[in-house]
Amino acid sequence: MSYATALRCRKCGHEYPLKPLNVCNFCLSPLEVIYDYKSMTKAISQEKLAEGPFTMWRYKDMLPVESDAVDIGTGFTSLVKADNLGRELGLDHLYIKNDGLNPTFSFKDRVVSVAMTKAREFGFDTVACASTGNLAASVAAHAAKAKLKAYVFVPASVETGKLIGAAIYNPVLITVDGNYDDVNRLCRQLVEKYNWGFININLRPYYAEGSKTLSYEVAEQLGWRAPDCVIAPAASGLLFTRIWKGLDELAMMRLIEPVNTHMFVCQATGCSPIVSAFQAGSLHVNPVEPSTIAQSIAIGNPADGYYALRVARQSGGGASAVTDEEAIAGMKLLSQTEGIFTEAVGGVVIGALKKLVASKVIKKNEVTVAFITGAGPKTQDIVADTVQPFNIRPTLESLEEVLNVPA
Amino acid sequence: MVTRQVMFTFPSELVEEPLIYYLGQKFNIITSIRRADVSENKGWVVLELEGEEKDIERGLVWMAGKGVRVDPVSGDLVEG
Ligand SMILES: Cc1ncc(COP(=O)(O)O)c(C=O)c1O
Ligand SMILES: [Zn+2]
Repeated sequence: MSYATALRCRKCGHEYPLKPLNVCNFCLSPLEVIYDYKSMTKAISQEKLAEGPFTMWRYKDMLPVESDAVDIGTGFTSLVKADNLGRELGLDHLYIKNDGLNPTFSFKDRVVSVAMTKAREFGFDTVACASTGNLAASVAAHAAKAKLKAYVFVPASVETGKLIGAAIYNPVLITVDGNYDDVNRLCRQLVEKYNWGFININLRPYYAEGSKTLSYEVAEQLGWRAPDCVIAPAASGLLFTRIWKGLDELAMMRLIEPVNTHMFVCQATGCSPIVSAFQAGSLHVNPVEPSTIAQSIAIGNPADGYYALRVARQSGGGASAVTDEEAIAGMKLLSQTEGIFTEAVGGVVIGALKKLVASKVIKKNEVTVAFITGAGPKTQDIVADTVQPFNIRPTLESLEEVLNVPA
Repeated sequence: MVTRQVMFTFPSELVEEPLIYYLGQKFNIITSIRRADVSENKGWVVLELEGEEKDIERGLVWMAGKGVRVDPVSGDLVEG
């Protein structure tokens, strides 16, 4: 039995039963899972949690699932004390949450694991999603584990490398001709027509909750405390809002002290509707046409943008956008200081962190956690220029000649 | 009859034009506004449309042709 009690509209507060449903009938705003925190608090302690498995499912009692999880070994990824990078940027207490270490190499396994478990509970025999990469791979992998049929829709323009990341799990893989808007339109029609579990659409309120485990883990790994500053990327903005919700819940259950974490959201300049709204002091996120190499976060019309914006504001945090060049520099910096190879999104995070520290918005002595949400090999072509080997003949002389080492 | 939930974003030069009224009249669509914020220099409206599928499609193309940005209410469905 979970402690989830209902779905509630984030805007007007209208409540709905725990069903596959994602927007409020009245105001068309997103729905969110609410819980009986009183009972949850009684059942959970630091000691009990410590006895759980070393995956995201050690926090099962804080997630909205009733059955055995569809688990491919996601979570409890490492939190690395990043002293080299910290020195480079000017931070004394910098940590990297390396979520590229998940089974399909991105944080999406957390959200999909919860959504797939719910899909099975609701009795769907078929699940579906539309994605340009990370979500597609994760849905295909979890569907294989859950033995559910999966339809994965991908814009035909997506590179072969990314298709393989999903195809290997043998979903029904469908490439769709047309631009991004065309694929969006098709998906909307599919949702209306087919009784499928759409992982990030009708199952979205449950999907969202998976990201809370990121902040549960970070708090536990820091010895049950919240960071002073968090920096995380946003596409739809959902991840960012749930990192915050996770910390808030821990404090509510008195597992950590009251939270005073400043939440910083980052995006690529070529697709930064949330950051632009923050900087303009606006309450509304205006959609944009995306154009960036950070394709995993290239969402022009973010479903949860308004709520991500609110978290950045209310927490006394901020927002920062970086160019593609700065993102690539960030990827290289993280690799070359900490040995962690991230995809372009991680480069955006490091680039944005660099700016926020340089402008003293994030301060030297603050405990700061940077969320790296995806691994590098997925988009390795964008840093192909790093390959500049010395070429030698297979002799010692040739090596010494090239490297200039004295014999 | 089908329903469709959309968000319109109006640039400043269109804020004063009764485009939603014309959308309803011209294409035989029932429009029901759920959330909105319109000021002098910009505006957005979240609404539910009800009508024949074909009429709604044509109506949305007409709106976009007028310079209004049309987006799905629940954000972009294609994710990273
Ligand atoms: C690697 C990576 N990081 C971050 C995100 C952002 O997720 P959200 O849509 O929850 O903001 C995505 C989403 O696709 C992603 O693939
Ligand atoms: Zn509502």
